[in-house]
Amino acid sequence: MTERIETDVVIVGAGPVGLFAVFELGLLDIKAHLIDILPKIGGQCAELYPEKPIYDIPGFPVISGQGIVDNLMRQIEPFKPVFHLGEMVEGLENLGTPERPRFRVRTDSDKIFECKSVIVAAGGGSFQPKKPPIEGIDGYEDTGVFYAVRKMDAFRGKRILIVGGGDSALDWTVNLQPLAKRLTLLHRRDAFRAAPDTVNKMRSLVASGEMDMQLGQVVALKGPAPKLEAAVVRRDDGSTYEVPADVMLPFFGLTMKLGPIAGWGLNLHENLIPVDTEKFETSVPGIFAIGDINHYPGKLKLILSGFHEGALAAQKVHRYVYPEKKLLFQYTTSSTSLQKKLGVVPEKRKEPETV
Amino acid sequence: MRVIHVIDHGGERHTLEALDGWRVMEIIRDWNLPLKGTCGGACECATCHVFVAPEWAGKLIPPSAKEEGKLDMVPLTQKNSRLACQSLFRPELDGLEVTLAPVSG
Repeated sequence: MTERIETDVVIVGAGPVGLFAVFELGLLDIKAHLIDILPKIGGQCAELYPEKPIYDIPGFPVISGQGIVDNLMRQIEPFKPVFHLGEMVEGLENLGTPERPRFRVRTDSDKIFECKSVIVAAGGGSFQPKKPPIEGIDGYEDTGVFYAVRKMDAFRGKRILIVGGGDSALDWTVNLQPLAKRLTLLHRRDAFRAAPDTVNKMRSLVASGEMDMQLGQVVALKGPAPKLEAAVVRRDDGSTYEVPADVMLPFFGLTMKLGPIAGWGLNLHENLIPVDTEKFETSVPGIFAIGDINHYPGKLKLILSGFHEGALAAQKVHRYVYPEKKLLFQYTTSSTSLQKKLGVVPEKRKEPETV
Repeated sequence: MRVIHVIDHGGERHTLEALDGWRVMEIIRDWNLPLKGTCGGACECATCHVFVAPEWAGKLIPPSAKEEGKLDMVPLTQKNSRLACQSLFRPELDGLEVTLAPVSG
Protein backbone atom coordinates (compact mmCIF):
# COMPACT_ATOMS: atom_id res chain seq x y z
CA MET A 1 0.00 0.00 0.00
CA THR A 2 1.72 3.18 -1.18
CA GLU A 3 1.68 5.97 1.33
CA ARG A 4 1.48 9.48 -0.19
CA ILE A 5 2.62 12.50 1.79
CA GLU A 6 2.36 16.11 0.76
CA THR A 7 4.72 18.59 2.40
CA ASP A 8 6.75 21.73 1.71
CA VAL A 9 10.26 20.26 1.87
CA VAL A 10 11.83 16.82 1.98
CA ILE A 11 15.21 16.72 3.71
CA VAL A 12 17.38 13.76 2.69
CA GLY A 13 19.42 12.87 5.76
CA ALA A 14 18.69 13.38 9.47
CA GLY A 15 22.21 14.19 10.64
CA PRO A 16 23.07 17.44 12.45
CA VAL A 17 22.90 19.56 9.29
CA GLY A 18 19.55 18.15 8.17
CA LEU A 19 18.22 18.67 11.71
CA PHE A 20 19.26 22.32 11.93
CA ALA A 21 17.74 22.98 8.50
CA VAL A 22 14.38 22.16 10.12
CA PHE A 23 14.93 25.10 12.50
CA GLU A 24 15.75 27.62 9.77
CA LEU A 25 12.83 26.42 7.66
CA GLY A 26 10.51 26.43 10.65
CA LEU A 27 11.20 30.09 11.44
CA LEU A 28 9.88 30.78 7.94
CA ASP A 29 6.75 28.63 8.43
CA ILE A 30 8.10 25.91 6.14
CA LYS A 31 7.27 22.30 7.06
CA ALA A 32 9.75 19.47 6.57
CA HIS A 33 9.87 15.69 6.51
CA LEU A 34 13.25 14.01 6.97
CA ILE A 35 14.27 10.66 5.53
CA ASP A 36 17.28 8.65 6.73
CA ILE A 37 18.49 5.14 5.99
CA LEU A 38 19.65 4.62 9.58
CA PRO A 39 17.07 3.48 12.12
CA LYS A 40 18.09 6.42 14.31
CA ILE A 41 18.40 10.19 14.13
CA GLY A 42 21.81 11.88 14.10
CA GLY A 43 23.75 10.71 11.05
CA GLN A 44 27.51 10.33 11.44
CA CYS A 45 27.45 11.98 14.89
CA ALA A 46 25.14 9.37 16.33
CA GLU A 47 26.46 6.42 14.32
CA LEU A 48 30.23 6.91 14.24
CA TYR A 49 31.13 9.04 17.28
CA PRO A 50 28.29 9.53 19.75
CA GLU A 51 30.69 9.51 22.72
CA LYS A 52 33.52 11.49 21.13
CA PRO A 53 34.06 15.12 22.14
CA ILE A 54 33.67 17.72 19.40
CA TYR A 55 35.47 21.02 20.01
CA ASP A 56 34.45 23.15 17.05
CA ILE A 57 30.73 23.69 17.44
CA PRO A 58 30.19 27.44 17.99
CA GLY A 59 29.07 28.15 21.52
CA PHE A 60 30.13 24.74 22.85
CA PRO A 61 33.74 24.45 24.03
CA VAL A 62 33.16 20.71 24.03
CA ILE A 63 30.15 18.56 23.24
CA SER A 64 29.72 14.89 22.33
CA GLY A 65 28.40 13.67 18.99
CA GLN A 66 25.20 12.46 20.63
CA GLY A 67 25.05 15.64 22.72
CA ILE A 68 24.85 17.92 19.70
CA VAL A 69 22.14 15.71 18.19
CA ASP A 70 20.11 15.80 21.42
CA ASN A 71 20.43 19.59 21.60
CA LEU A 72 19.35 19.99 17.98
CA MET A 73 16.31 17.78 18.57
CA ARG A 74 15.28 20.06 21.46
CA GLN A 75 15.89 23.10 19.31
CA ILE A 76 13.67 21.91 16.46
CA GLU A 77 10.93 20.41 18.60
CA PRO A 78 8.61 23.47 18.22
CA PHE A 79 8.46 22.81 14.47
CA LYS A 80 7.32 19.19 14.82
CA PRO A 81 9.44 17.65 12.05
CA VAL A 82 8.39 14.21 10.81
CA PHE A 83 11.04 11.51 10.55
CA HIS A 84 11.06 8.49 8.26
CA LEU A 85 13.87 6.30 9.54
CA GLY A 86 15.20 3.08 8.13
CA GLU A 87 14.25 4.26 4.66
CA MET A 88 16.36 5.24 1.69
CA VAL A 89 15.35 7.79 -0.92
CA GLU A 90 15.48 6.04 -4.29
CA GLY A 91 13.63 8.07 -6.88
CA LEU A 92 13.37 11.78 -7.45
CA GLU A 93 11.05 13.00 -10.21
CA ASN A 94 10.96 16.60 -11.34
CA LEU A 95 7.31 17.53 -11.91
CA GLY A 96 7.50 21.34 -11.88
CA THR A 97 9.29 24.17 -13.62
CA PRO A 98 12.44 26.04 -12.64
CA GLU A 99 10.26 28.90 -11.36
CA ARG A 100 7.75 26.68 -9.59
CA PRO A 101 9.60 23.48 -8.66
CA ARG A 102 7.66 20.42 -7.61
CA PHE A 103 9.14 17.04 -6.85
CA ARG A 104 7.96 13.50 -6.26
CA VAL A 105 10.32 11.63 -3.94
CA ARG A 106 10.03 7.85 -3.57
CA THR A 107 11.65 5.75 -0.85
CA ASP A 108 12.65 2.08 -0.91
CA SER A 109 9.52 1.24 1.08
CA ASP A 110 7.42 2.83 -1.67
CA LYS A 111 6.47 5.90 0.35
CA ILE A 112 5.84 8.85 -1.97
CA PHE A 113 6.38 12.51 -1.02
CA GLU A 114 5.27 15.50 -3.07
CA CYS A 115 7.07 18.70 -2.17
CA LYS A 116 8.20 22.07 -3.47
CA SER A 117 11.86 21.69 -2.58
CA VAL A 118 14.34 18.99 -1.67
CA ILE A 119 17.29 19.60 0.60
CA VAL A 120 20.01 16.98 0.29
CA ALA A 121 21.87 16.78 3.62
CA ALA A 122 23.24 13.33 2.98
CA GLY A 123 26.71 13.85 4.51
CA GLY A 124 29.05 11.14 3.26
CA GLY A 125 26.24 9.20 1.64
CA SER A 126 23.85 6.65 3.05
CA PHE A 127 25.16 4.13 5.56
CA GLN A 128 25.03 0.69 4.00
CA PRO A 129 26.52 -2.64 5.05
CA LYS A 130 30.15 -3.04 4.04
CA LYS A 131 30.40 -5.64 1.29
CA PRO A 132 33.42 -7.95 1.29
CA PRO A 133 35.41 -7.43 -1.92
CA ILE A 134 34.81 -11.00 -3.14
CA GLU A 135 34.47 -11.56 -6.86
CA GLY A 136 30.92 -12.51 -7.83
CA ILE A 137 29.42 -11.81 -4.42
CA ASP A 138 26.66 -9.74 -6.05
CA GLY A 139 25.34 -12.89 -7.69
CA TYR A 140 24.59 -14.49 -4.34
CA GLU A 141 23.06 -11.49 -2.58
CA ASP A 142 19.61 -12.11 -1.09
CA THR A 143 19.79 -15.81 -1.86
CA GLY A 144 23.08 -16.96 -0.37
CA VAL A 145 24.62 -13.79 1.09
CA PHE A 146 22.74 -11.56 3.53
CA TYR A 147 23.88 -8.44 5.37
CA ALA A 148 20.97 -8.47 7.80
CA VAL A 149 18.55 -10.99 9.24
CA ARG A 150 14.92 -9.99 8.68
CA LYS A 151 13.15 -13.30 9.30
CA MET A 152 15.07 -15.81 11.40
CA ASP A 153 12.98 -18.67 10.10
CA ALA A 154 14.37 -18.26 6.59
CA PHE A 155 17.63 -19.67 7.94
CA ARG A 156 16.14 -22.82 9.48
CA GLY A 157 17.85 -26.03 8.42
CA LYS A 158 20.62 -24.24 6.52
CA ARG A 159 24.38 -24.52 6.77
CA ILE A 160 25.22 -21.01 7.96
CA LEU A 161 28.56 -19.18 7.84
CA ILE A 162 28.70 -16.01 9.95
CA VAL A 163 31.71 -13.75 9.48
CA GLY A 164 32.77 -11.11 12.00
CA GLY A 165 33.82 -10.50 15.57
CA GLY A 166 31.47 -7.87 16.96
CA ASP A 167 28.05 -7.85 18.57
CA SER A 168 26.13 -8.39 15.33
CA ALA A 169 28.12 -11.50 14.41
CA LEU A 170 28.02 -12.98 17.91
CA ASP A 171 24.37 -12.18 18.61
CA TRP A 172 23.27 -13.80 15.37
CA THR A 173 25.57 -16.78 16.02
CA VAL A 174 23.83 -17.44 19.31
CA ASN A 175 20.34 -16.77 17.91
CA LEU A 176 20.65 -18.80 14.71
CA GLN A 177 22.64 -21.78 16.03
CA PRO A 178 19.52 -23.58 17.33
CA LEU A 179 17.83 -23.25 13.91
CA ALA A 180 20.78 -24.04 11.68
CA LYS A 181 21.69 -27.41 10.24
CA ARG A 182 25.27 -26.42 11.11
CA LEU A 183 26.66 -23.01 12.03
CA THR A 184 30.24 -21.80 11.61
CA LEU A 185 31.56 -18.51 12.96
CA LEU A 186 34.61 -17.20 11.10
CA HIS A 187 36.85 -14.37 12.31
CA ARG A 188 40.32 -13.18 11.42
CA ARG A 189 41.65 -13.64 14.97
CA ASP A 190 40.73 -15.39 18.21
CA ALA A 191 39.56 -12.23 19.98
CA PHE A 192 36.02 -10.91 19.86
CA ARG A 193 34.77 -7.38 20.51
CA ALA A 194 31.26 -8.52 21.37
CA ALA A 195 29.67 -8.53 24.83
CA PRO A 196 31.58 -11.04 27.00
CA ASP A 197 28.40 -12.89 27.89
CA THR A 198 27.62 -13.61 24.22
CA VAL A 199 31.22 -14.58 23.52
CA ASN A 200 31.06 -17.06 26.41
CA LYS A 201 27.85 -18.58 25.06
CA MET A 202 29.58 -19.02 21.70
CA ARG A 203 32.60 -20.66 23.35
CA SER A 204 30.33 -23.14 25.20
CA LEU A 205 28.54 -24.05 21.99
CA VAL A 206 31.92 -24.68 20.36
CA ALA A 207 33.13 -26.71 23.34
CA SER A 208 30.02 -28.90 23.24
CA GLY A 209 30.42 -29.46 19.52
CA GLU A 210 27.15 -27.72 18.63
CA MET A 211 28.85 -25.21 16.31
CA ASP A 212 32.27 -24.46 14.82
CA MET A 213 34.48 -21.41 15.26
CA GLN A 214 37.31 -20.94 12.78
CA LEU A 215 40.04 -18.40 12.16
CA GLY A 216 40.54 -16.99 8.68
CA GLN A 217 39.03 -14.74 6.03
CA VAL A 218 36.73 -15.48 3.09
CA VAL A 219 38.50 -14.94 -0.22
CA ALA A 220 36.07 -16.59 -2.66
CA LEU A 221 32.58 -18.06 -2.94
CA LYS A 222 31.61 -21.26 -4.72
CA GLY A 223 28.35 -22.47 -6.17
CA PRO A 224 26.18 -21.86 -9.25
CA ALA A 225 24.95 -18.33 -8.48
CA PRO A 226 22.49 -17.53 -7.02
CA LYS A 227 22.91 -20.79 -5.11
CA LEU A 228 25.78 -20.65 -2.63
CA GLU A 229 27.53 -23.93 -1.86
CA ALA A 230 30.75 -23.05 -0.09
CA ALA A 231 33.11 -20.28 0.99
CA VAL A 232 36.84 -20.45 0.37
CA VAL A 233 38.68 -19.39 3.52
CA ARG A 234 42.33 -18.26 3.70
CA ARG A 235 44.20 -18.99 6.91
CA ASP A 236 46.83 -16.74 8.48
CA ASP A 237 49.59 -18.80 6.85
CA GLY A 238 48.13 -18.27 3.37
CA SER A 239 46.72 -21.78 2.89
CA THR A 240 43.06 -22.12 1.89
CA TYR A 241 40.22 -24.54 2.57
CA GLU A 242 36.47 -24.69 1.96
CA VAL A 243 33.57 -24.26 4.37
CA PRO A 244 30.33 -25.71 3.00
CA ALA A 245 27.55 -23.15 3.38
CA ASP A 246 24.07 -22.41 2.06
CA VAL A 247 24.07 -18.96 3.57
CA MET A 248 26.80 -16.45 4.48
CA LEU A 249 26.23 -13.48 6.77
CA PRO A 250 29.15 -11.01 6.69
CA PHE A 251 29.07 -8.44 9.52
CA PHE A 252 31.72 -5.81 8.75
CA GLY A 253 29.82 -2.74 9.85
CA LEU A 254 28.61 0.12 7.70
CA THR A 255 30.14 2.23 5.00
CA MET A 256 28.83 5.40 3.35
CA LYS A 257 27.64 5.26 -0.25
CA LEU A 258 26.32 8.01 -2.50
CA GLY A 259 23.67 5.60 -3.78
CA PRO A 260 20.65 6.71 -5.84
CA ILE A 261 21.57 10.42 -5.53
CA ALA A 262 23.98 9.70 -8.37
CA GLY A 263 21.02 9.19 -10.68
CA TRP A 264 18.98 12.34 -10.04
CA GLY A 265 20.38 14.43 -12.86
CA LEU A 266 22.50 16.61 -10.59
CA ASN A 267 25.95 17.71 -11.73
CA LEU A 268 28.33 15.72 -9.59
CA HIS A 269 31.97 16.44 -8.84
CA GLU A 270 33.77 13.42 -7.33
CA ASN A 271 30.64 12.21 -5.54
CA LEU A 272 29.93 15.69 -4.17
CA ILE A 273 27.15 18.02 -5.30
CA PRO A 274 28.32 21.46 -6.52
CA VAL A 275 26.18 24.37 -5.32
CA ASP A 276 26.16 28.16 -5.57
CA THR A 277 27.29 29.98 -2.46
CA GLU A 278 24.31 32.31 -2.19
CA LYS A 279 21.57 29.76 -1.70
CA PHE A 280 23.36 26.39 -1.88
CA GLU A 281 21.11 25.36 -4.72
CA THR A 282 22.24 22.59 -7.09
CA SER A 283 22.09 22.57 -10.87
CA VAL A 284 18.37 21.75 -10.53
CA PRO A 285 16.23 24.65 -9.23
CA GLY A 286 14.46 23.56 -6.07
CA ILE A 287 17.08 20.98 -5.09
CA PHE A 288 19.59 22.20 -2.51
CA ALA A 289 22.64 20.49 -1.02
CA ILE A 290 24.03 21.36 2.40
CA GLY A 291 26.68 19.85 4.67
CA ASP A 292 29.45 17.41 3.72
CA ILE A 293 27.64 16.32 0.55
CA ASN A 294 28.07 19.65 -1.22
CA HIS A 295 31.02 21.29 -2.90
CA TYR A 296 32.02 24.88 -3.69
CA PRO A 297 35.26 26.86 -3.79
CA GLY A 298 36.62 27.08 -0.26
CA LYS A 299 34.24 24.46 1.15
CA LEU A 300 35.16 23.14 4.61
CA LYS A 301 33.57 19.93 5.81
CA LEU A 302 32.53 21.34 9.16
CA ILE A 303 29.21 20.97 10.91
CA LEU A 304 29.12 24.74 11.40
CA SER A 305 29.38 25.21 7.65
CA GLY A 306 26.37 22.99 7.15
CA PHE A 307 24.39 25.05 9.68
CA HIS A 308 25.15 28.25 7.75
CA GLU A 309 24.34 26.64 4.41
CA GLY A 310 20.93 25.51 5.71
CA ALA A 311 20.09 29.03 6.89
CA LEU A 312 20.77 30.50 3.47
CA ALA A 313 19.07 27.71 1.57
CA ALA A 314 15.92 28.26 3.65
CA GLN A 315 15.67 31.82 2.28
CA LYS A 316 15.41 30.55 -1.31
CA VAL A 317 13.11 27.69 -0.32
CA HIS A 318 10.72 30.31 1.09
CA ARG A 319 10.38 31.80 -2.39
CA TYR A 320 9.35 28.42 -3.80
CA VAL A 321 6.93 27.58 -1.00
CA TYR A 322 5.38 31.06 -0.63
CA PRO A 323 5.94 32.73 -4.00
CA GLU A 324 3.51 35.58 -3.24
CA LYS A 325 4.81 36.37 0.24
CA LYS A 326 7.52 38.91 0.91
CA LEU A 327 10.29 37.57 3.14
CA LEU A 328 11.12 39.91 6.02
CA PHE A 329 14.37 39.21 7.86
CA GLN A 330 13.81 38.93 11.60
CA TYR A 331 15.88 38.14 14.67
CA THR A 332 14.74 35.54 17.18
CA THR A 333 15.87 37.87 19.97
CA SER A 334 13.48 40.66 19.03
CA SER A 335 10.72 39.28 16.86
CA THR A 336 7.53 38.42 18.75
CA SER A 337 6.23 36.40 15.82
CA LEU A 338 9.38 34.25 15.70
CA GLN A 339 9.27 33.80 19.45
CA LYS A 340 5.66 32.69 19.25
CA LYS A 341 6.68 30.01 16.75
CA LEU A 342 9.39 28.88 19.15
CA GLY A 343 6.95 28.93 22.04
CA VAL A 344 9.09 31.35 24.05
CA VAL A 345 7.09 34.63 24.10
CA PRO A 346 8.40 36.69 27.06
CA GLU A 347 6.19 38.39 29.67
CA LYS A 348 4.26 41.41 28.42
CA ARG A 349 6.30 44.58 28.85
CA LYS A 350 4.66 47.57 30.42
CA GLU A 351 3.65 50.09 27.76
CA PRO A 352 5.44 53.43 28.14
CA GLU A 353 3.10 56.19 29.25
CA THR A 354 2.13 58.53 26.49
CA VAL A 355 2.82 62.18 27.03
CA MET B 1 63.94 16.27 4.70
CA ARG B 2 62.33 13.07 6.01
CA VAL B 3 60.16 10.96 3.76
CA ILE B 4 57.74 8.08 3.53
CA HIS B 5 57.17 5.94 0.44
CA VAL B 6 53.64 5.05 -0.58
CA ILE B 7 52.67 2.56 -3.28
CA ASP B 8 49.29 3.45 -4.72
CA HIS B 9 46.51 1.19 -6.06
CA GLY B 10 48.16 1.16 -9.49
CA GLY B 11 51.52 0.06 -8.12
CA GLU B 12 53.20 3.44 -8.54
CA ARG B 13 55.66 4.46 -5.80
CA HIS B 14 55.41 7.99 -4.39
CA THR B 15 57.97 9.61 -2.10
CA LEU B 16 56.34 12.10 0.24
CA GLU B 17 57.89 14.62 2.61
CA ALA B 18 56.88 13.67 6.13
CA LEU B 19 56.58 15.94 9.15
CA ASP B 20 57.23 14.68 12.67
CA GLY B 21 54.15 14.24 14.79
CA TRP B 22 51.72 13.97 11.89
CA ARG B 23 49.66 10.84 11.41
CA VAL B 24 50.84 8.75 8.47
CA MET B 25 47.24 8.93 7.14
CA GLU B 26 47.39 12.74 7.22
CA ILE B 27 50.72 12.80 5.36
CA ILE B 28 49.37 10.53 2.63
CA ARG B 29 46.10 12.45 2.37
CA ASP B 30 47.70 15.89 2.41
CA TRP B 31 49.84 14.90 -0.56
CA ASN B 32 46.62 14.07 -2.43
CA LEU B 33 46.98 10.31 -2.68
CA PRO B 34 43.62 8.50 -2.66
CA LEU B 35 43.54 7.46 0.98
CA LYS B 36 40.28 8.24 2.69
CA GLY B 37 40.43 9.21 6.31
CA THR B 38 36.71 9.62 6.66
CA CYS B 39 36.69 9.93 10.45
CA GLY B 40 39.68 12.30 10.44
CA GLY B 41 42.00 10.00 12.38
CA ALA B 42 39.67 8.99 15.19
CA CYS B 43 40.22 5.24 14.62
CA GLU B 44 36.55 4.84 13.76
CA CYS B 45 36.18 4.20 10.05
CA ALA B 46 39.02 1.86 8.95
CA THR B 47 39.24 3.63 5.58
CA CYS B 48 42.97 4.37 5.99
CA HIS B 49 43.93 0.70 5.67
CA VAL B 50 47.51 0.16 4.43
CA PHE B 51 49.94 -2.76 4.16
CA VAL B 52 53.24 -2.00 5.85
CA ALA B 53 56.42 -3.19 4.07
CA PRO B 54 57.80 -6.20 6.01
CA GLU B 55 61.05 -4.48 6.99
CA TRP B 56 59.06 -1.66 8.64
CA ALA B 57 56.21 -3.57 10.27
CA GLY B 58 58.16 -4.21 13.47
CA LYS B 59 59.26 -0.56 13.78
CA LEU B 60 55.73 0.77 14.22
CA ILE B 61 54.17 0.87 17.67
CA PRO B 62 52.02 -2.29 17.87
CA PRO B 63 48.29 -1.77 17.28
CA SER B 64 46.12 -0.89 20.25
CA ALA B 65 43.08 -3.00 21.08
CA LYS B 66 40.98 -0.29 19.43
CA GLU B 67 42.95 -0.47 16.19
CA GLU B 68 42.71 -4.29 16.17
CA GLY B 69 38.97 -3.92 16.73
CA LYS B 70 38.68 -1.61 13.74
CA LEU B 71 40.84 -3.88 11.58
CA ASP B 72 38.22 -6.55 12.35
CA MET B 73 35.84 -4.39 10.28
CA VAL B 74 37.99 -4.75 7.18
CA PRO B 75 36.84 -7.83 5.25
CA LEU B 76 40.26 -8.73 3.87
CA THR B 77 43.44 -8.03 5.81
CA GLN B 78 46.98 -9.31 5.77
CA LYS B 79 49.51 -9.90 8.53
CA ASN B 80 51.01 -6.47 7.77
CA SER B 81 47.70 -4.57 7.74
CA ARG B 82 47.59 -1.35 9.79
CA LEU B 83 45.41 1.72 10.01
CA ALA B 84 47.59 4.61 8.87
CA CYS B 85 45.95 7.08 11.24
CA GLN B 86 47.25 5.19 14.26
CA SER B 87 50.92 5.72 13.49
CA LEU B 88 52.51 9.08 14.19
CA PHE B 89 55.52 9.89 12.04
CA ARG B 90 58.80 10.24 13.93
CA PRO B 91 62.47 10.43 12.82
CA GLU B 92 62.96 6.66 13.30
CA LEU B 93 60.33 6.09 10.59
CA ASP B 94 62.26 8.05 7.94
CA GLY B 95 61.89 5.97 4.78
CA LEU B 96 58.78 4.07 5.95
CA GLU B 97 57.10 2.23 3.08
CA VAL B 98 53.42 1.36 2.92
CA THR B 99 51.05 0.18 0.20
CA LEU B 100 47.49 1.45 -0.07
CA ALA B 101 45.10 -1.44 0.51
CA PRO B 102 42.35 -2.12 -2.03
CA VAL B 103 39.17 -0.26 -1.20
CA SER B 104 36.28 -2.57 -0.39
CA GLY B 105 32.80 -2.03 -1.83
